[in-house]
Amino acid sequence: MSDKLKVAIVGSGNIGTDLMYKALRSEWVQPVWVVGVDPGSDGLARARAAGLKTTAEGLDGMLPHLAADGVRLAFDATSAHAHAEHARKLGERNVVVIDLTPAALGPYCIPPVNLAAHVGTGAMNVNMVSCGGQATVPIVAAVSRVQPVAYAEIVATVASKSIGPGTRQNIDEFTRTTARAVEVVGGAKRGKAIIVINPAEPPLLMRDTIHCLTETEPDQAAITASVHAMVREVARYVPGYVLKNGPVFDGRRVTVFMEVAGLGDYLPRYAGNLDIMTAAALRTAEQFAQHMLGGRSS
Amino acid sequence: MNLVGKHVVLHDMSLRDGMHPTQHQITLQQMIDVATGLDEAGVPLLEVTHGDGLGGASINYGFPLHSDEEYLRAVVPRMKRARVSALQLPGIGTLEDLRMAVDCGVGCVRVATHCTEADVSAQHIGMARKLGVDTVGFLMMAHMITPEQLLVQARLMESYGAQTVYCTDSAGYMLPDDVTVRIALLRAELRPETGIGFHGHHNMAMGIANSLAAIEAGAVRIDGSAAGLGAGAGNTPLEVMAAVLDRMGAVTGVDLARLMDVAEELVVPMMDTPIRIDRDALTLGYAGVYSSFLLFAKRASERYGVPSRDILVEMGRRRTVGGQEDLIEDVALDLARARKAKATQG
Repeated sequence: MSDKLKVAIVGSGNIGTDLMYKALRSEWVQPVWVVGVDPGSDGLARARAAGLKTTAEGLDGMLPHLAADGVRLAFDATSAHAHAEHARKLGERNVVVIDLTPAALGPYCIPPVNLAAHVGTGAMNVNMVSCGGQATVPIVAAVSRVQPVAYAEIVATVASKSIGPGTRQNIDEFTRTTARAVEVVGGAKRGKAIIVINPAEPPLLMRDTIHCLTETEPDQAAITASVHAMVREVARYVPGYVLKNGPVFDGRRVTVFMEVAGLGDYLPRYAGNLDIMTAAALRTAEQFAQHMLGGRSS
Repeated sequence: MNLVGKHVVLHDMSLRDGMHPTQHQITLQQMIDVATGLDEAGVPLLEVTHGDGLGGASINYGFPLHSDEEYLRAVVPRMKRARVSALQLPGIGTLEDLRMAVDCGVGCVRVATHCTEADVSAQHIGMARKLGVDTVGFLMMAHMITPEQLLVQARLMESYGAQTVYCTDSAGYMLPDDVTVRIALLRAELRPETGIGFHGHHNMAMGIANSLAAIEAGAVRIDGSAAGLGAGAGNTPLEVMAAVLDRMGAVTGVDLARLMDVAEELVVPMMDTPIRIDRDALTLGYAGVYSSFLLFAKRASERYGVPSRDILVEMGRRRTVGGQEDLIEDVALDLARARKAKATQG
C-alpha cells in the first residue's frame, strides 16, 4: 500500500464518490482524503466507511494535514466557481490537480490522445473537459491522425437523470468547452458540440455520434482501423465504451455511433457520461503517479 | 364553441419550421418576399431561424443556405409592422447566438426545451429578458407528459422570466381534448399576466381543431404556417386558421385575402414536394414522433433499404425527443442488419 501515490478527492457529490470507489481499486494511487462541505453528505459517510479521512469544512479543512499525510495529487470534483481558489491553494503546496469541473484553467486532457504530453512536463493542473469530450474527442483524433479533418461535430445524448443542476444551469459551458476540445485535442480545424437530454424510463445509456468532414476523400480502411484501435484504447479504462455502428462513409462525411455504459460503482450504469469522466480522471492520475513515483518497481 | 370577440395573435412559422421540408435551403429573396408579404397581410409575428433554432447549422440537422444572421439582417429591417422572432434550443444554440439575434433586431426570442427539461432554459430565458425582448418558453413534445407535469415545467419557465409559455405538439399527436386539458390547466395555474400559446403540427389533420381548442381554453398565441410549410405534414395552415377564426368572429387583424395570396403564390412554389399527410407523416402523428425526423427517415430509408415507417416507429419506441436526428441513421443501420440476419436465417 505504502508505495502508491497518495491522493485527495475534493468534492463528495456523485462524481467525487464514484471516483473514490474507482480509486480504491487502483494499483497506482491511494485515496486518503475526501473533502466535502456538507457534514450529512452520503459521499462523506461512504468515505469514512472506507477508512478515509474526511472533512466537511471544504478544502481548508484538509490543507493543514496535506503535508503530513503526503498528499501529492488532488481531484477537484466541485464546481468551476470553486476551482480557481482550489487550484491556487493546492498549486502553492505543489499538489498536482486533476480538474473535473468545467473551469479549464489548465490544458485539456483526453487520456488516449494527449495524456502523455502532460505527464513529466511539469503540468500541475489538467482539465478533463466534459463527459461529451471524453466520449467523442478520441474518435475525432482517430480520424484526424489519418488525414486532416476540416470540421467535426459531436452529438451527445444523455439520460435526464444523469445531468445535474450545475450542467443544467450552464449548458452553454458544455457546448463551448466540448467544441473547443474537439478542435484543440481532436485536431479538427473547426468543432461543434450538441447535447440532447432524454428523460426516457428506464434511462438510456449515453449515446454519442461523431461526424467528421475530412478535407479530402476519406481513406476508409485506414480510418476504420484507426477508430477500432482508439475504441479499444478507451475501453481499457471504460469497459462500457462500445462502437454501435460505423464508421459510415458518405462522401467526405465520416460518422461513428458510440454508446457508453458506466461501471455502476456509485453512479448507475446508464450514467456512462459521468463514469467516463471519473474513469478518465483516474487514468490521468495513474499516469502522473507512475511518473511521480519514478523508480517504483511494480 | 364561442370565440366571438376573442383576440388571437397569429405567429407564422413558414420561414423557420418551413426550413425543415426545404432542407434549410430557402433563399434570402424568398425569405424577404414571404416575410414582406406576411407583414403586409398584417401577420403580427413571424419566425426566422434555422429549423432547429439559432446555431442549428450542422451535419446533424443540415447546413442552411445562409446563416441565421444573414437571414435576420435581410428580413428584420424590411418589416413595417410585424415583429420577427428567433427560436433557440439550449444545447444547440448558445447565448452568443441569442445576443446576435437580438442585435439583428428580433423582437421576440422563443427558448425551446423538451417538455421535461425546462431547467436548461433558465440562462437563455433570463438573457432574453435582460436584453428586453418579448420572451417565450416553448415546451416541446408536450404530449409525452401529463398536464400536471407540464404545469410544473411551465412554472419553471415562468419563474425564469418567460412572458408566454407554449404547449407545443411537436409530433402532431394530440387530439383536441389533449390540448384543452393542458391549456386549461396552464391558464388556471400560471400567473394571469403570463400568456399561453399553442404550436401544432398537422400530422393527424388536427392543426385547426387543436388550435381552436387551445383558444377556447385560454391560449392567446397560435402558431401556424402559410400554406402549412413546416416539418412532418406541416404546421397548422395559417391562412385556413385565419379564415376559420374570421368566420367565428375572433379578432386576428389579418387581411385574409392577402394571406391566402402569400401562401398560394409565394410559399407553395417553395415546396420541394407537397406538404401533405403521407403515410410517414401520419406515422409521426400516430406514434408521437418528432416531426422533423420525417425527411431524415426518408433519406436513411433510401440509403439503407429499410422502410421509413419502420424507422419512425422504432424512433417512437425508443422514446426519442427533438434533436435526436443522429439516431435515425443508427437505427436504420440496426434495422438493416436485423433484416439481413433474418434473411440469412430464412
